[in-house]
Amino acid sequence: MVEISLKAEQLFSIGNFGVTNGLLLAAIVSLILIVFSIFFKSKIKMVPGKLQGVVEMGVETLLGLMESVLGSRQAAEKYLPLIATIFIFILTSNWLGLLPGVGSFIFKEGHAGVPLLRSPAADLNFTLALAIIAVFATNFFGIVILGIFKHLKKFLNFSNPINFFVGILEFLSEISRIISFSFRLFGNIFAGEVLLAIMFFLLPYIVPVPFLLLEFFFGMIQAFIFAMLTLVFLASHIAKVEH
Amino acid sequence: MRLLATAITIGVGVIAPAIAVGMIGASALNGISRNPEATSKIQTNMILAIAFAEALGIYALVIALILKFT
Repeated sequence: MVEISLKAEQLFSIGNFGVTNGLLLAAIVSLILIVFSIFFKSKIKMVPGKLQGVVEMGVETLLGLMESVLGSRQAAEKYLPLIATIFIFILTSNWLGLLPGVGSFIFKEGHAGVPLLRSPAADLNFTLALAIIAVFATNFFGIVILGIFKHLKKFLNFSNPINFFVGILEFLSEISRIISFSFRLFGNIFAGEVLLAIMFFLLPYIVPVPFLLLEFFFGMIQAFIFAMLTLVFLASHIAKVEH
Repeated sequence: MRLLATAITIGVGVIAPAIAVGMIGASALNGISRNPEATSKIQTNMILAIAFAEALGIYALVIALILKFT
C-alpha cells in the first residue's frame, strides 16, 4: 500500500533544527512569491500591461470584499497586507502541492526513503503557525485600535456575574479559534493528499483527474475561508462598541 | 478493534455537519430566491457558515486519521 504519514518526515537537520519535506516546499513557495513580487514591482507602469491588469483586478476584488466586511475603504487598505498574505501564501502552497513532483520524488538515505516534497498545509505545524499568527494579529490590532483596557474589558468584565462568565467564554473561544483554524486547513489538505494517494494507487489513468480538480478547488476555498475568517474576527475586534 | 473505532468515528462524526451544511445551503438558496440582488452577499456569508460547519466534520476526520496512522 502507499505509505501515508501524519507527520511531515524530516529530510536533514541544520544543527538542532530538523528540516522536513513540508518546510522545504514552504520555503520554495516563499521564494517563488518573493521573486515574483520583486520582479513585478520593478515592472509597474502607469498604463498597465496584461500581468499588471490581472494583479490589479485581484487586489481590487479583495479590497472590495474587505470593504464590505470592515465598512471603510481606509480600514480595508490598512489590513490588506495581513489578509492578502494569508490568502496568497496558503493558496500558492495548496496549488503547488498538487504538482506532479510532490510526494513522488523519493529522498533516500540508507535504505529508508521519504518523499522529498510535501504539501506544506498537510503539516500541522504550518497551519498551527498560521492560526497563531492570525489570532494574535487580530487581538493585537484590537489593542492598537481600541486601547488595551477596552480590549481586555471584552474578556474580563466585572460588571455583573453573567458578563464575567461570558467574558471567560470569549477568551476560551479565542483559544478554540486557533485550534479550529489549524485543524480546518490541516484536515482538508491532508485528507485531500490521502485521497489523491489512494486514487493514484487504485486507478492511475484518467480517473484521478476529477479528484485533482476537486483538490484544486478545495485548496482555493480553504485559502479563501482562512483569510475571510481572519477578516471577520478582525472586524469584530476592531469594531467600536456603541451603547 | 482500532479499525472499528476509526470507522465509527468518521461515520458518525460527519452526520451532523452534513445535515448542517445542507440546511445552510437550503436557507441560502431561499434567501437568494427571495432577493436575487443580494446574491453575492448571501453567497459570501454562506461560504463562511459552511466553513464553520465543515470544520466540525474535519475534527472527526482528524481523530480518525490519528487513530489509523499511529
